[in-house]
Amino acid sequence: MLEVRNLSMRFGGLLAVDQVSLDVQEHEIVSIIGPNGAGKTTVFNCMSGFYSPTGGQILFEGKEIQGTPDYKISRMGMVRTFQHVRLFGKMSVVENLLVAQHRHLNTNLLSGLIKTPDYRERERKSLDRAAYWLNRVGLLDLANRDAGNLAYGQQRRLEIARCMVTEPKLLMLDEPAAGLNPAETRELNELIISLKEDYRVSVVLIEHDMSLVMEISDRINVINQGRPLASGTPEEIRRNDDVIKAYLGEA
Amino acid sequence: MATHNIKHALFSAIITLIISFPIMGLDLESAGTSIKLTGASTFTLVSIVLAAIVVFLFQTFRDNIMTALGQMPKLNRFADRAPMPQEKRLKLENIFLMVLVVGALLWPFIASRGSVDLATLVLIYVMLALGLNVVVGLAGLLDLGYVAFYAVGAYTFALLSQYFGVSFWVALPTGALFAALFGFLLGFPVLRLRGDYLAIVTLGFGEIIRILLNNWTSLTGGPNGIGGIPDPTLFGMEFGRRVKDEGNISFHDFFGIAYDSTHKIIFLYLIALVLALITFLIIRRLMKMPVGRSWEALREDEIAARSLGLSRTGVKLSAFTIGAFFAGFAGTVFASKQGFISPESFVFLESAIILAIVVLGGMGSQFGVILAAIAVTILPELAREFSEYRMLIFGAAMVLMMVWRPQGLLPMRRIHITLNKQE
Repeated sequence: MLEVRNLSMRFGGLLAVDQVSLDVQEHEIVSIIGPNGAGKTTVFNCMSGFYSPTGGQILFEGKEIQGTPDYKISRMGMVRTFQHVRLFGKMSVVENLLVAQHRHLNTNLLSGLIKTPDYRERERKSLDRAAYWLNRVGLLDLANRDAGNLAYGQQRRLEIARCMVTEPKLLMLDEPAAGLNPAETRELNELIISLKEDYRVSVVLIEHDMSLVMEISDRINVINQGRPLASGTPEEIRRNDDVIKAYLGEA
Repeated sequence: MATHNIKHALFSAIITLIISFPIMGLDLESAGTSIKLTGASTFTLVSIVLAAIVVFLFQTFRDNIMTALGQMPKLNRFADRAPMPQEKRLKLENIFLMVLVVGALLWPFIASRGSVDLATLVLIYVMLALGLNVVVGLAGLLDLGYVAFYAVGAYTFALLSQYFGVSFWVALPTGALFAALFGFLLGFPVLRLRGDYLAIVTLGFGEIIRILLNNWTSLTGGPNGIGGIPDPTLFGMEFGRRVKDEGNISFHDFFGIAYDSTHKIIFLYLIALVLALITFLIIRRLMKMPVGRSWEALREDEIAARSLGLSRTGVKLSAFTIGAFFAGFAGTVFASKQGFISPESFVFLESAIILAIVVLGGMGSQFGVILAAIAVTILPELAREFSEYRMLIFGAAMVLMMVWRPQGLLPMRRIHITLNKQE
């Protein structure tokens, strides 16, 4: 469903991403790994429309989307999380989820001002969806807390829930396990697998936690210094000499 | 620690002396070979020295004083109370609003003519502040030229009535829509800007409108302003002693009562009250709607908002336009109340005062903003006896407010949303 062909991104003299290609099939978890500064997040930013890539193509469901504004890409069903959690800190947990469903709600001012039955119905549905996902990630009891006051792991889960209420087709997670303890990582692990199995979304994952990556990925792409290094199943990657060299240095 | 304090205190005291030099209008003149201090009486000189000593003492014992002050809030019995439950608070708020409205309705019949007039002005500021609250408090867009939209509303009415004889009731929506259009047009170029840059551009826009009004003499009459703006009518009834338009009837004739010039003032006050109430209710509704939430989301984190499919352009434009709309509302009422407007009424200080109201009241909090609008408009009137010191007192009050209650009089509270528990 997503295909990235020869993606390049140049910042002035720096070629941050050079000829990276990857593809994601429906109902699949694909990971992007690589040492720090390899250009993983830049690839993400290009895919989600935050950057307009300087070369190459990105196809989502057969349509070229490189250079499309970020909010339009998100409305197509490609939603992302961030390396550093980005919640609406002063808004409550439910409100965070309601904002995300904005495009599902009627945006007509008048129907909201006079509270037409149709508007009420939509509002009720979005509340139900929010409650469902809060329950799913175990935050239902904290629904009216300010999002900024949640513990770090809870914020991470809320960010994923906030993506899921938009009913995406493709979820892009940027280091979701960063800063989590082993127990929380395990929970996250199960959550991501369940997103794939139960909610039929494809997932693109950037992660440093190798146990997580190896366990849940269907395929892995390795990037080093902006260039693609290897791609394949976890088993293939584990045995790839180039990858081992890039991570451990040459002996 | 102590030596550091004394150093700092000495420095502050010297600064006080230096600052008081230009402020109190002192001057140095050369008299022969020596220099003489002129422009001040002995009393002023003594007070300046006393002020410097006070500053010195305060800075030296600053820590002790601040600890003592820190214990002050304990005198407030309500300080440590847990916040009220949501339902009770909402009920209280509604009762408060009801009492406020009923009190405001009765006000013109018990108060003097002057205070009703002042109350109308308060209501105009309430409308302005509620409108600016959308832009600054909710959407987080710092707008320093808000008065421009106020001016657009007022001048729309003035010009329409002068050239086309349009009445108040037609001009009211027209003025508001026109101001909204200006907000929309200004919105486009400034959307990419954030924070300080946005503030400067809006500041410029406010000045452009005022200077345009001042210099386009053939249309607006320039600094002479526009007079003879009609009063509002009640179902075609006029409030003047003599009927101006053929076919109209005057209010006192219709009801067979004696002519009284306060009728008009009371009527205008009631119109302002209804409009302020409408403004309050509409914005309160908007805050709970997706639009309102997306304003706040954009204020909190623009990148995250965009990643969730909110268009930055749409959200910012809607905030700007709706804010401008209510400023236009207020402008029309203002034009009608004064009967005469000139660019002088729309200087930057007005923008600053409206912004101060929003900040003092508590960003995003509607009740806070209303309270602050009342306080900021009435306090300078009450402090009239201090004559030239009243702006000084006003300034000092604001500084103290920001030190002790930076979150505003009544900070915004989030509304709890009850969810259906899933099985």
